[in-house]
Amino acid sequence: MIKAIIIDDEPLARMIVQEYLQTWSQITVVQECGDGFEGIKAIQQHHPDLIFLDIQMPKINGFEMLELVEDPPAVIFTTAFDEYAIRAFENHAVDYLLKPFTKQRFDKAIGKWLDQYTAAQAAAGAQNAADPRVASGTPAAGTSAPAGSSSPSPDDGPTISSGEKTRQLLETAAHSPAQQQRIVVKTGGKIKIIPVEDIHYLEASDDYVKIHTHNGAFLKNKTMNYFEQVLDPTHFVRTHRSYILNVQQVTRIDPYEKDSHLCILQSGAAVPVSKSGYVKLKAVLGL
Amino acid sequence: MARSPLSIGRFLLIFISWWLIWAFLQTILLLGFGLQFGLALSDSIVSNTLVALSCGFVSNNLQYYLPKKERYWYILFLSIGLTILITIACKGILVPLLSRLDPGYTNFFSRSWAVRFDIIFLQVGCMTILSVLWYSSEEEQQQLQRKTDAERLAKEAELFKLRQQLAPHFLFNSLNSISALIVSRPEQARKMIQQLSDFLRSNLKEEEQQSVLLAEELQYLELYLDIEKVRFGHRLSTEIHRDEDSLVMTLPPMLLQPIVENAIKFGLYDTTESVTISIDARSEDNHLVISVTNPFDPDTSRPKQGAGFGLTSIQRRLYLLFARGDLLQTRIDGNIFTAIVRIPQHMTTTPT
Repeated sequence: MIKAIIIDDEPLARMIVQEYLQTWSQITVVQECGDGFEGIKAIQQHHPDLIFLDIQMPKINGFEMLELVEDPPAVIFTTAFDEYAIRAFENHAVDYLLKPFTKQRFDKAIGKWLDQYTAAQAAAGAQNAADPRVASGTPAAGTSAPAGSSSPSPDDGPTISSGEKTRQLLETAAHSPAQQQRIVVKTGGKIKIIPVEDIHYLEASDDYVKIHTHNGAFLKNKTMNYFEQVLDPTHFVRTHRSYILNVQQVTRIDPYEKDSHLCILQSGAAVPVSKSGYVKLKAVLGL
Repeated sequence: MARSPLSIGRFLLIFISWWLIWAFLQTILLLGFGLQFGLALSDSIVSNTLVALSCGFVSNNLQYYLPKKERYWYILFLSIGLTILITIACKGILVPLLSRLDPGYTNFFSRSWAVRFDIIFLQVGCMTILSVLWYSSEEEQQQLQRKTDAERLAKEAELFKLRQQLAPHFLFNSLNSISALIVSRPEQARKMIQQLSDFLRSNLKEEEQQSVLLAEELQYLELYLDIEKVRFGHRLSTEIHRDEDSLVMTLPPMLLQPIVENAIKFGLYDTTESVTISIDARSEDNHLVISVTNPFDPDTSRPKQGAGFGLTSIQRRLYLLFARGDLLQTRIDGNIFTAIVRIPQHMTTTPT
C-alpha cells in the first residue's frame, strides 16, 4: 500500500485530489490536512510516501512546512501559485499541478512518480538482500540521486532521491518573499514564527545557527551563508564569520583589540565585528 | 527647463511698454536739464535701448544658468558688470554722435554719468532679481509637478500590484473549486460559474468611474464573499449591516474592495479557525462611515504601526482624493482587526 497525505486549506481542492485518486487503487489517502501544522503532525505520524501540497496556506506556507519536516516525503505541489514562480522549482519537486488541473495531467504526475518510486523500491529490495542490516520496510531508496551530489552520511542513503530533491527545493524557495519576512523554527515540539525584525543577531553554533530574539534564542538547522543570502542585506550584515546582526538593533560600536570592533545592541549584547565586517557595517549604516 | 518670461506674449508687451515709458520719462527729465528736444530724445532712446537689450540678455541667460542660493553674489557681479558695459557703450555712442550737434553735450555727459550709472544699475539689478525669482518658482513648480506625477504613478502601481497579488490567485482557486464541484454538485458548480462571471464583469467595467454608489459596491462585494464561501466552506461567515441612508451615498471605486480583500487575506487565508468578516456601513454627519472587521492570527501576522496591514496605499489614496490624513483608522482588540474608513460626501451626489 502506498500512503499519501493531502495538505490544502480548501476542502474542495482536497476533494478533487481524492476524486482523481480513485482510479489509483494502490494509493491510499491516510489523512487530509487543512494547514501546515496539521500536515507536519500527520507526516510524523503516518510517514507517507507521497504528499500533495498546496503552497499558499494559513500560518505557514508549504515551503516552510517542508523545512520543518525531517526526512520529507516525495512532494507533488497542487497550487494556483503563478507559473513563473513555480518554474524555479520545476527540477526539484516530483511535479507540480497548476490549479485547476485535469485528470490526465494528474495521472501523468502520479505515473511519473510511481515509476521513480517502484524503481527505488526494487533497488532497495536488492540492496536489502545484499545488506541484511538495512531494515526491510524502508521505502524509497535512492538510485536516482544525482551523480556527484554531496550525499551526507550513509544513513541518509535510502531517502536521497526525494530528500535531496526536497532539500534543493527549499534552497530555492528560501528566496520567495514570505521567507524573507520571517523564519519558522521548531522549539520543544512547538512551531514558532519569528518575524525578521524581531531578530537581534544570528550566531553560528556548530551545525546550527542560533537566532537571538526578544524572546530568547532559537536554533535552526541552516548555515550562516544561507542566512546571509536570504536576509535583506540592507538590514542584516555579516559582521564576522560567525555573526550576522540586525543593524536596527545597533546602539554603538566600540573599538576592540586591534583591527576589530564590538557592536553593542539595544539588548546589551556585544557582537564581534571583524575588520572586513566593519567595512560592510559602515557601508550599510551610511558612515 | 523653465520658459523665459519674455517668450510669453503678455510679458513681452509689458517689457516693451516699460521701456517706452522709461524713454519718455528720461526725455522729459533731460529737457528739464535744458537739453534740446532732439538731443534729449536721441540720448534717451539710445541709452534705454541698450539697457533693454541687456535686460533681455540677462533674463534669457538665466534660463540656462540659475545660481544656487549660496551663489547670489553672482547676480550682483553680473549686474555691476553689465552696468559698467552699458555706461561705457552709452558714452562711446552718444558723445561722438551728439557733441557734433551741441558741443556742450560732452560736458553734460561727464557730469551726468554717475547718475546714469546708478539708474542703469537699479534697472539691470531689478530685472536680474525678477528673472531669478521667476525661474526659481518655475523650477519649483516643475519639481512639484514631477513629484505629484511620480506619486500618482506609484499609487497606481501599488494598487495594481495589490490587485495582481490577489486576483489571479483568487481566480484560479475559484476555477479549481468549480472543477471539484462539477462531478459531485453540478448545480452548485453552475451557480459558482455565474457568480464568478458577474464578479469579473463588474471588475472590468468599474475602472473609469469617479464614484460609485454604496449599494452597488456592496452587491459586488457580496458576490466576492459568496465565492470565497464556496471555496472555504463553513469556515467563512459574513455579516453585512447598512443603514438606509448610507445606501445612496457614494465612494471612490476600488476603495472598499482592497480593504475587504485585505480582511480576507489576513482573516481567512492566514487563519485556520472559523472566521466572521463583518462590514458595517452607516451615514454620519454627511460622511459615509464603513468599518470592516476581521480576526487575525497574532502569531503569524502582526499589524504594523499606523495604517497597518498593507492599508497604507488606501490611506495615501484617501489623502490624495480628499486632502485629509484621518479618513482611515484602524483598531486592534485582541485578535480582531477593524479598519474604519470615512468618506466625505460632497454636494454633487449620485452618479448617473
